[in-house]
Amino acid sequence: MHSLAVYRSAHRIALRDRTLQLLVLAAVVVITSTFGWLLLDIVWHGANRIGWEFLTAAPRSAGRNGGIAPILLATVLILTVALAVSAPLGLATAILLSEFSRPGGRAGYWIGLSLDILAGVPSIVFGLFGNAFFCVWLGLGFSILSGGLTLACMVLPILIRTAESGLRTVPNDWRLGAAALGISKASALVNVLIPAAAPALVAGLMLGIGRAMAETAALIFTSGYVDRMPASLLDSGRAISVHIYDLTMNVAGGDRSAYASALVLIALLILINGAASWLAERTLKRRITAS
Amino acid sequence: MSPSARDARLLRWLAFAAGLASAVLILIVLFLMQESWPVIARYGLVHFVSARGWHPTEGTFNLVPMLAASAATSALAIALATPLGVAAAIFSRFYAAGIVGRLLHWVIVLLAGIPSVVLGLWGLTVIVPLILKVAPPGTSLLAGSLILALMILPTIALTTEAALASLPSAYGIGAAALGLSREAIIINIAIPATKASIFAGVMLASARALGETMAVLMVSGNVVQLPKSLFDPVRTLTANIALEMAYATGDHRASLFVSGLALTAVVLALAAVARRSGGQVVHA
Repeated sequence: MHSLAVYRSAHRIALRDRTLQLLVLAAVVVITSTFGWLLLDIVWHGANRIGWEFLTAAPRSAGRNGGIAPILLATVLILTVALAVSAPLGLATAILLSEFSRPGGRAGYWIGLSLDILAGVPSIVFGLFGNAFFCVWLGLGFSILSGGLTLACMVLPILIRTAESGLRTVPNDWRLGAAALGISKASALVNVLIPAAAPALVAGLMLGIGRAMAETAALIFTSGYVDRMPASLLDSGRAISVHIYDLTMNVAGGDRSAYASALVLIALLILINGAASWLAERTLKRRITAS
Repeated sequence: MSPSARDARLLRWLAFAAGLASAVLILIVLFLMQESWPVIARYGLVHFVSARGWHPTEGTFNLVPMLAASAATSALAIALATPLGVAAAIFSRFYAAGIVGRLLHWVIVLLAGIPSVVLGLWGLTVIVPLILKVAPPGTSLLAGSLILALMILPTIALTTEAALASLPSAYGIGAAALGLSREAIIINIAIPATKASIFAGVMLASARALGETMAVLMVSGNVVQLPKSLFDPVRTLTANIALEMAYATGDHRASLFVSGLALTAVVLALAAVARRSGGQVVHA
């Protein structure tokens, strides 16, 4: 009897183990096949519209035909505004947090907390804020400037946190060495710490660009819908993600162009990430050979 | 200029920049409150849950259908994404430590990077027609939850993966010495030991699901109603803001800011719970 019970329980354990194994495998198959389906669908439907003309022509008949040239320009301008404002602000805040505030100090704690909260704010809320503050209160209207500034607020936490952790990984000996040589903290930052942390800073910047480029909800009612070639930063400009949204939802027969634009967007995102890692590696290598 | 004077000036600039960066959050909260104040002052907060439906032109702003839709889509998405995400983390930790596990890791990282508007496009052209075959109209609570599940899966998978990786190796060695099977180690040791982190990941994912706008807006049908079945079209809180903000004025516009304020409060509460149970902010 006893041996039968042991046999049965061993059998039950084997059964349980096999079931878990199968469930985990099934989950992995579901995830990878869904991802493959998504990616192939976009490449398959997007590729046949893409060519030189699609990238350089203006959209015709609400985007069904023609290209996306003004949309690409508007996207680049919005990103430029966003980064021109958030990168210096983010770097300065990161330097303050990593080099000038005591670990566990009060100022650092509150600034850090406010950034973590900011990182959790939904993008549509950034859109509401951008509309109320930049478009209406500051009187910038639906413009590339409003959209860019809204995105600047949105990417600030990512930029600061990545730059801060990058600066913190620089060995403390280098700070002490610079101080022992009587170099001011400002020169130490410019000549030693920032170059040493450059790969992390660039990687953080690229993360920010990626996040900003994928953003739609914060832009619909800040930078607007206009798909003409923007003439100034105060013109409304349609970002590529907003273009995809508009073609899918509001333009009957816009699917083909929407797919093509989605493929362009994903390709750009992958390109940016690739460039980031390449740049980071190059900077790292140069620094090692120089020292 | 002497080194110390230079540093003092640098510090002043840095403090100014940091002040500006921290002011963004305060500005956001202030502007949300300022914009929503007129309608809160006139109708009171109870109006938003007790009014006769959402009829902006008649001055009734009942947010309950949207709140229910947001809660239902997010809850269903969490129910779908949690087992999948945890399973993915278990797979790359316990079943395929080599190249296959890394491959799965990269699939999940790439999935996290797909813009929500692209997921919405795919959902509308691929998933919605499939659901339409089962029950019209296709754009539905179910479609919204499926796409949301895909969006938040990486958050759960990556936090679980990090938690599993940070378990002391003594746990695994001790369990193996006791002759426990791989499955027994997973179920009785790894999962219980990382419970708090998995929970934190789920909270962060819920916050993301509730705040997500574009993908849900594109596939959920956007009819203001209390959902009765999975196949009913619904309009979430975020979709409502995105759809009506373009033309809303006066009290209508203010009531959209009220929904934005409510959304922010819920999302931040979830993030706070996640933070207390040991989760980190995932910047991805």
